Amino acid sequence: MALTETPMQAEKAQTIYEKSKAGRRAAALPAAEVPEKPLAELIPENLLRAEPPRLPEIAEPEIVRHYNRLSRRNFDLDSGFYPLGSCTMKHNPRLNERVAALPGHARLHPAQDARRAQGALELMWLLQESLSEICGLPHVSLQPSAGSHGELAGLLLTRAYHADRGEVRTKVLAPDTSHGTNPASVTMAGYEVVKVATDEVGGVEMADLRAKLAENEGEVACLMLTNPNTLGVFDENIAEIASLIHEAGGTLYYDGANLNAVMGKSRPGDMGFDIVHVNLHKSFSQPHGGGGPGAGPIAVSDRIEPFLPRPQVVRLEGSNGHGPNFDLDFERPKSIGRLRGFQGNFGVFVRSYAYILSLGGDGLTEASETAVLNANYLKARLAEGRAGDRLPIAFDRHCMHEFVLSGKPMKRDLGLATLDLAKRLLDYGFHPPTVYFPLLVDEALMVEPTETEAKESLDAFAEAIEKILAEAETDPELARNAPYTTPVRRLDEVKATRQPVVRQQFD
Amino acid sequence: MTRYTSATPDDRREMLDAIGVSSVDELFEQIPEPLRLGRPLALPDGMGEAEVYERLAALAERNADAEEQVSFLGAGMYDHYVPAIVDAITSRSEFLTPYTPYQPEISQGGLQVMFEFQTAMSELTALPVSSAGLYEGPSSVASAGYLAMGATKRRKFVVSRGVHPHSRETLRTYSVGYGAEVVEVGLEGGLTDAAALAEAVDGETAAVFLQTPNFLGAVEDVEALGAAAKEHGALLIVACDPMTLGILKPPGECGADIALGEGQPLGNRLDFGGPSFGFFCATEAQIRRMPGRIAGETEDVDGRRGFVLALQTREQHIRREKATNNICTAQALNALGAMVHLAWLGREGFREIGELLVQRTAYARERLAGVSGVELLHEAPVAREFAVRLEAPVEKVLDRVAERGIAAGYPLGREYPEYKDGLLVAITERRTKAQIDELAEALGAAVAAEREGVTA
Amino acid sequence: MAPASSEGTYPEDLRYHEEHDWARIEGDQATMGITWYAQDSLGEVVFFDPPEVGATIQKDSSYAEVESVKAVSDVIAPLSGEIVEVNDALQDNPEKVNEDPYGEGWLVKVRLTAPEEAETLLGVQEYRKMLDR
Repeated sequence: MALTETPMQAEKAQTIYEKSKAGRRAAALPAAEVPEKPLAELIPENLLRAEPPRLPEIAEPEIVRHYNRLSRRNFDLDSGFYPLGSCTMKHNPRLNERVAALPGHARLHPAQDARRAQGALELMWLLQESLSEICGLPHVSLQPSAGSHGELAGLLLTRAYHADRGEVRTKVLAPDTSHGTNPASVTMAGYEVVKVATDEVGGVEMADLRAKLAENEGEVACLMLTNPNTLGVFDENIAEIASLIHEAGGTLYYDGANLNAVMGKSRPGDMGFDIVHVNLHKSFSQPHGGGGPGAGPIAVSDRIEPFLPRPQVVRLEGSNGHGPNFDLDFERPKSIGRLRGFQGNFGVFVRSYAYILSLGGDGLTEASETAVLNANYLKARLAEGRAGDRLPIAFDRHCMHEFVLSGKPMKRDLGLATLDLAKRLLDYGFHPPTVYFPLLVDEALMVEPTETEAKESLDAFAEAIEKILAEAETDPELARNAPYTTPVRRLDEVKATRQPVVRQQFD
Repeated sequence: MTRYTSATPDDRREMLDAIGVSSVDELFEQIPEPLRLGRPLALPDGMGEAEVYERLAALAERNADAEEQVSFLGAGMYDHYVPAIVDAITSRSEFLTPYTPYQPEISQGGLQVMFEFQTAMSELTALPVSSAGLYEGPSSVASAGYLAMGATKRRKFVVSRGVHPHSRETLRTYSVGYGAEVVEVGLEGGLTDAAALAEAVDGETAAVFLQTPNFLGAVEDVEALGAAAKEHGALLIVACDPMTLGILKPPGECGADIALGEGQPLGNRLDFGGPSFGFFCATEAQIRRMPGRIAGETEDVDGRRGFVLALQTREQHIRREKATNNICTAQALNALGAMVHLAWLGREGFREIGELLVQRTAYARERLAGVSGVELLHEAPVAREFAVRLEAPVEKVLDRVAERGIAAGYPLGREYPEYKDGLLVAITERRTKAQIDELAEALGAAVAAEREGVTA
Repeated sequence: MAPASSEGTYPEDLRYHEEHDWARIEGDQATMGITWYAQDSLGEVVFFDPPEVGATIQKDSSYAEVESVKAVSDVIAPLSGEIVEVNDALQDNPEKVNEDPYGEGWLVKVRLTAPEEAETLLGVQEYRKMLDR
């Protein structure tokens, strides 16, 4: 492949600091208006800053150009197919941005008196009710800021629940294939992880679960699970798993990363889970923002409710002909306490509630059905032709909203690693699937198309995979050195970690 | 078909044929029958876009926001003017809709923003290493506690009562999990009681937590207070308000090992409390214990400058149960808003806004102190927020003032029983002299009316 | 396919542990590191997190970590003892572990507390055989 630099590649990356020139500025600030005093009369000199921070000096037009230029060095969901497994890259409706930006939401101070924030509290209460119905669990706290924060909350709730019963339990079971956040949260919550083996379908290996429960009798606090699991398959043993954990005195935690497969079809609460976190930035369309913000509300069973974080949004029945009103309840003596400041990521709640209203119960159900349809269709497309030979499905049966392929034959026969395929996909204008996860599949590719992709996009993706495999039969080097057309080509991650340069150096 | 899906009946038929099933229901047969919901969700049917807008607008209408009220509320989140270019840039699809930059070749924009943001926060705090962003302020404090335990192998935290009550409560919540003890040190004249702090810190102490300006608005002498931490080998963790760092001596020059805080004042809306971001900066010694994403500079195969996520082995997806933290967000969009706001303010503007806040706050404080029935809660130096005592029940006074379209401030009573007559008043560049004068007049009138027992 | 052991180098004078660690025993002291195979499977080493001098280490237990960009690996002690020296040069040049795993890429020096444990370690032929299985 001829290495002609694209115009974007030819443009050297420059930081905003490098564009700075003394004396330029964008901000016009109001005058003080008040009688001014020398600073040192107001604050002791030894507490004052000698040199201002070296922020850039740059006028507004150039700030706008700089960040517009940077934006073009990003791939995004609005530009193309983004089948990143486990991440649920569904369309982000712009209506949600509009309603979140209404001043009544965007400029509402979090410490506003509850009586003057009734709309916000009602919205939170309505979202709680909706999530409760979707999850099949009666109580919801919106406070956690992300899925991982929800996990930590769930484990602290478990700890409080057992402590309240006078029990000390020290271990948490998690499948060896779980998302990395699960074991990380377990340690932060002061528990020890006990890994449970995974069967060939990606489900919990029942014999090992029984063995681990027996070995750690009376010590198991919780089992953390994702269902459908990380292979995109619904764990058929879930009812039995739940009863084993409950008999052993533990709680059952549902990592809601894959909820998009089952909305309106099956509910974690009905499966026997005690605590569920919901990623509003996955199933409920909050934009991912290039790595945040999101939110990770939790839904819980009655026995966990007394321990929920505070404050909790409550609805109070009106009297004397007045309608109901809403308040923040701080008087929760058994609460684990706060997990963060104020009430949570309210802006995310507005977007997710708008999404729930837009789709309704029927639309949410249809979203999950279409997500599953799209995944199975793409899986069928990729079972044909070269992909079928080189990238076999890790477990061949109907999947839920995502599926996992193995690049092992491709690596063996063509000398192409999964990473190479992923990088070559960039040249074809697609975001690659999640790669090298789950770990139990060699050279894994985890594909989640979501319901908002049209059939044409799925077909185009399948065709691109076919082309890449075809070109690799004659020229494997092409993919091994890909990408060619992106703003930069493969980056030296070793250098970035051996001698980390994590900020601008000024001379 | 909802408006966010594209599968027509024809598409569906073709797709089902390709799969080799006759209906979508067949695909759900892997869910055991008793676990299928078997009924529609008990939620209203979907609505059209205009209806949803009206519904949400009606809810928004029932909130008293800072557009219609003159707000002196602060307590960690402030009604600053967010420049228009912040909205313009953060609403671009290319920043709004990507995932975390796992494929650096097509994520250079986001990664470079992280690098620029890290540089800005590092400059503000005068500490060399910055995370790309954590959830928000108080949980960043709790994450710093987790780091300090790992760094010192000790399990006791000494925390000033000047640290935000939400931060202290969050630290306590997390501490129950990771097994640490939290000891609080009280305030004297608005400032952390230095003698009590020195007494509380010992060889078991993992970290000392201070905040400046503290929750009562007072500027702490971090360097002097921090000596106790240094003496015993504990980490010094300083929460700060980023908007004051153009004026106040940065934590990194006061001996802080970690400087962190709530990032909302920089380029983020109030949003009833979130989303915003937490910033987290530290000394080089802590780089491998840092929570969250960190972007680093490198080169591509052709020698072009580029950026990647650096030091990923700290993180949960690799180190799993041994990770330095479980966090996987960087609040990237919120951090972008902060970066654009800081670039807009620029080196001079950032110092100017800090000074503007100090001058207007000094004026407001003097003005309120001159009102009958209002007195200063402390006389320590302040930067952008101050506390007063009211000689009438605070909540009732706030209600009276609210009727004039003013949110007078944050009542201290719930979190500080010792200051149940206390009110915290915050100033931003949006609060004009005229508004401050009106607040003084309204507070005076409300206190007087309460004392005279006038029916509101 | 060529046997796995044919790719790397495995000096004759070392004793090997199944977890791909080596020890060079000199009297009551030993120098320790990871084998060619270990560094090759880990990829480019970017960081070595050493134990403290004076720490005691236990045969078959982890005493340190080596990191590549996307993996962390525990280093298993082939023998028990007390750390007397760590290779500080690796802080700035962790790539020595890849370039010269038995020379400049050594990790720690240990005063042995149970020298007789050495008998349970593998000789070079046994270690190569294990790799080829």
